[in-house]
Amino acid sequence: MYRQIQVILLTIAVMLGSWGCSDNSKSEEGPAEKTEQQEEKLDVKDIIFEHLGDGYGWEVPFSHTQRIPLPVIVRAEDGKWFAFSSADLTKMVNDTVGGKIHHNVVPVVKVCERDGKTYRFVIAKVSSHKDKVVEIFDLSPEDRKKVDAEVAKATPAKEGMYEAEPVIDGYVCVESVVDGHLQKPGTYYREYRPLDLSITKNVLALFISVAVVLAMVFGLTGYYRRRGMRAPRKGMGFFEMLVGFVYYDTIKPTLGDNTRKFAPYLLTAFFFILTMNLLGLIVIFPGGANLTGNIAVTLVLAVCTFLLTNILGNKHYWKEIFWPDVPIWLKFPLPIMQCIEIFGIFTKPAALAVRLFANMMGGHMIVITLTLLIFIFAAFGAAVAGGTAVISVLFTVFMLALDVLVSFIQAYVFTLLSALFIAMAQQHEEHEEHKDKEAEEEHRLLAKEAAQIDKI
Amino acid sequence: MELFTPDFGLIFWMFVAFILLFLVLAKWGWPVIIKMMDKRASTIDEGVENAREAREQLENARAEADKYMREAQARQQEMLREAAKMKTEIIEQARKEASVAAQREMDVAKVAIDQARKEAESQLRNEVGKFSIEIAEKMMRTQMKSDKAQTQLVNKLLDEIEKN
Repeated sequence: MYRQIQVILLTIAVMLGSWGCSDNSKSEEGPAEKTEQQEEKLDVKDIIFEHLGDGYGWEVPFSHTQRIPLPVIVRAEDGKWFAFSSADLTKMVNDTVGGKIHHNVVPVVKVCERDGKTYRFVIAKVSSHKDKVVEIFDLSPEDRKKVDAEVAKATPAKEGMYEAEPVIDGYVCVESVVDGHLQKPGTYYREYRPLDLSITKNVLALFISVAVVLAMVFGLTGYYRRRGMRAPRKGMGFFEMLVGFVYYDTIKPTLGDNTRKFAPYLLTAFFFILTMNLLGLIVIFPGGANLTGNIAVTLVLAVCTFLLTNILGNKHYWKEIFWPDVPIWLKFPLPIMQCIEIFGIFTKPAALAVRLFANMMGGHMIVITLTLLIFIFAAFGAAVAGGTAVISVLFTVFMLALDVLVSFIQAYVFTLLSALFIAMAQQHEEHEEHKDKEAEEEHRLLAKEAAQIDKI
Repeated sequence: MELFTPDFGLIFWMFVAFILLFLVLAKWGWPVIIKMMDKRASTIDEGVENAREAREQLENARAEADKYMREAQARQQEMLREAAKMKTEIIEQARKEASVAAQREMDVAKVAIDQARKEAESQLRNEVGKFSIEIAEKMMRTQMKSDKAQTQLVNKLLDEIEKN
């Protein structure tokens, strides 16, 4: 909803702006104009990854410079821990270019003193750790030589002008701010990527999701305490219905006797993923973080399923892996089947992680790209921009609606497949029929999955 | 590509948050909800079962009531029939008794009437005898006024005696 409003407002702004711009470009044609145009050029890839990625602050709607500051927690190279606000790492500057004031957010060096020693942290821009906090150190003579060589190799000697500083592994280039301009060339420092446990945007979104899930669950249990056995209505009723759907229709038929043992994990996973997915679709503050579209999050979830499956797997499960029921030449003397089975142990959770990650990230990416189309086409004039805006908004609405569906489906698929993997590791004897059914189910899901991805 | 290289900080916090969430919910969340849903489901099942039983019982009771009703009706019919029979019997008997009584009355009356008639007859006879004697006296007086007639009669009577 908010994205739509934002998009509509932006569209109007762009239409008005493009009128003004076209007037300007006709009247003035100087070198200053050119640099401005260059600076204003849309870096689509950067914008997309900025939206999909993590950040040390949280964007405020309708502002490109304001950030909600979040705590940065890092462990310096010598093992000391530092915590400070992310607001200390950036600064807003007013840059006047061609008579127009630009507000820019630029990184600044945060200097911490402890025990008479100085520690400097900065958000790296020209570095292999882009947009991450790194600790910086002055260059030693050897470092200096190495950096100079790299710079000389990367930069064509063009009257001392840098197009861009080269990224050198292990070093970071920090540009200082003078008069609202980032001074180029920047200074190179040796960088150290500290152990970073900052409460970033994603981590905070994670905590908010946890809080939302807790609120839903304990809201329902509280309702039970107050109202006894009466069925809840409206929101609570919907939540209870979902719990019932996951528990009675998904987990119980799959796990059978082991339901009680594994249901809490699967239910937690389902509602946590669902909450993260849906919160990610909300554009402004409590949501908007692309959590399940981040491989770290899905990786942890998949690792949990992996651990549960393999640690609690029974004898039969391991027997099936190391001595499967196949013709002898397939397993001895060359352990072909064993290799495949062991490979399978790891591919199953990997598929879980990648499926969730790719689906959610894809959805977000499409929505952002559709929105960006407006700005890309704005260069072709007002009419084109207006037309693109209408089409983009329509597609964005459609995609967001589809993403709501995908949010449910992905949470459900993750839960169902986790349940299936766990159930396979809990199986006692050979149930050919059961196995067939499982395979069929999985096949069906994968087909659905593939169809969906094709659609996207 | 930051998206494809998992960040340690996020992994750490995700792990912590997820494990904590799991532990809290596994202890105080899901069991409560599932227990309550199971309980409610079983209560509803019981309710349905109870309702079914109640309906069954009601139907049984209705059948029983119908049976009793029919029995009662049959008995009523029986009683009515008996009553009717009894009524006719009583009437018959009464009629019989009445006719017997009437017969007796009539017999008595007949006897009385006979007696009365006999009495009347004898009385009449006496009366008639008296009258005939009187009439004969009177006729004799009138017929025997002359001495000749008297002598004739004495002669005749004497003739009759002589003949005998």
